[in-house]
Amino acid sequence: MLSLGLITLSVLLTQRRRASKVISPLIWREVLRSGVRPVPIVLFLSSLLGLAVIGQTVVFTTRLGAQDYLGTVMVMVVVRELGPMLAALVVLVRAGSESVIELGSARASHEIEAMEAIGIDPIHYWVVPRVLGMALGVFCLTVYAIVAAVLSGYLWAFLQNIPILPGDYFGQLARALHPLDFLALGLKSGILGVTLALLLCYHGLAQPIRREDIPRAAIRALTQGVVLCVLIDAVFLALSRISLDSP
Amino acid sequence: MNAAADGSDVSLLELCDAEVASTSNPGTSSLAGVNWAVQRNDFWVVGGLLGSGKSDLLSTLVGVLPLNSGRLLLDGAEITGRGGPRADAGAQFRTGLVHDGGLLFAHLSVAENVALPLQYHHNVSFADAADRAGAWLEAVGMGGMAELPSTRISRNWAQRASLARACILQPEILLLDNPLTGLDPVHARWWMDFLGQLWTGHPLMAYRRATLIATCDDFSPWWGEGRRFAMLSNGRFRTVVEPISRQELSDCLAANHR
Repeated sequence: MLSLGLITLSVLLTQRRRASKVISPLIWREVLRSGVRPVPIVLFLSSLLGLAVIGQTVVFTTRLGAQDYLGTVMVMVVVRELGPMLAALVVLVRAGSESVIELGSARASHEIEAMEAIGIDPIHYWVVPRVLGMALGVFCLTVYAIVAAVLSGYLWAFLQNIPILPGDYFGQLARALHPLDFLALGLKSGILGVTLALLLCYHGLAQPIRREDIPRAAIRALTQGVVLCVLIDAVFLALSRISLDSP
Repeated sequence: MNAAADGSDVSLLELCDAEVASTSNPGTSSLAGVNWAVQRNDFWVVGGLLGSGKSDLLSTLVGVLPLNSGRLLLDGAEITGRGGPRADAGAQFRTGLVHDGGLLFAHLSVAENVALPLQYHHNVSFADAADRAGAWLEAVGMGGMAELPSTRISRNWAQRASLARACILQPEILLLDNPLTGLDPVHARWWMDFLGQLWTGHPLMAYRRATLIATCDDFSPWWGEGRRFAMLSNGRFRTVVEPISRQELSDCLAANHR
């Protein structure tokens, strides 16, 4: 998979202007598939996430008289951790299996060889649009997820009669956010998108596959995708701890 | 002026002591010791039974499959490594391959399949390539099928669409992998007529005569004046000594395989 990533990077750099009228629509198709079509399910899940986070937190903050930390909790839990993770997992489930099946079918029916025979680099046609589109898609979904979770969190607090005004809540959020959070958010969602795209292409395209093996390849890709998402999240968590601990 | 420069004595395509790699058994060769020169406007028919290496040979000539050893020359210039003739920027559009069964891209419509090489290599949108793709689809008798998903058409028509896709860049050399296999007699007759037109100069190819290399597992439909024959048996490439009668040609494939 690392080799596939390096080859893709090389193709991306050397052929970035080639056949743009063919590749650009493919990138937008991927953005549509991974960043637009899953919006309803992401909004639904992230709204539940906001309710759950605030619902659990409110009990303690009310007892301790620490309602001023609701926004901080949202930033720590949703913005830094669960927002990008939720978006990546939804993309993995919604677009991942579809991608592996599409690529695996193309590989099994020798479409890759047909593509090479007409002088088209399969990495340029199949992998590059997925990598760029999925990175953009995960980033977009992450933003939607965070916005929905933050809003639904406030709604829950309001329904629970927590004495906090919208201005205070969003003020807490703004104060809890660090400029580096925006950079980390973009970086993390981008890395998650790129990694998932490469994983899906690796399982569907990078190795010989028979038609009957495609469902197993899809399951393997989804399982490994979940593990990779958790590992990437852990790496970012460790890096953030290091940066916070450093003087 | 040397021969290579004026191009007069140079074969269009040449394999020298070549070992053709096997796609089904990576690391092995399906053909060894191939010495073969294809001249401009030749019409070669290469016969071989199932598994004799016909597809591997064509994949090598189109540049998808690198040779295990030996040399592949295009107009006297050696082509090395993966990419074959297409690795040479000047030779980008010189070869076209019609796959056994068509091998259309399942996610595209018939017209999009045909237009794709033009779109990719000339960086034009589908709308800009649609006229030429439509002209080729009309030429192969598929004008009414342009919008159909490629998975919805039969093998007979998929093979024709694959021919249109291979021809849209007006290649100088057209490679055809078992084009008559599995076709009904009407389609088979159409193919022989259409290949004859391409060989003598088709209007959509700017009346330029194409060099044709077709593979088959039965020589009998291919017998005709001006055609040259070769066969693959037991891992070897052999040209058929001419003149040869239609019956002798039909019999020689099975005879050489024993």
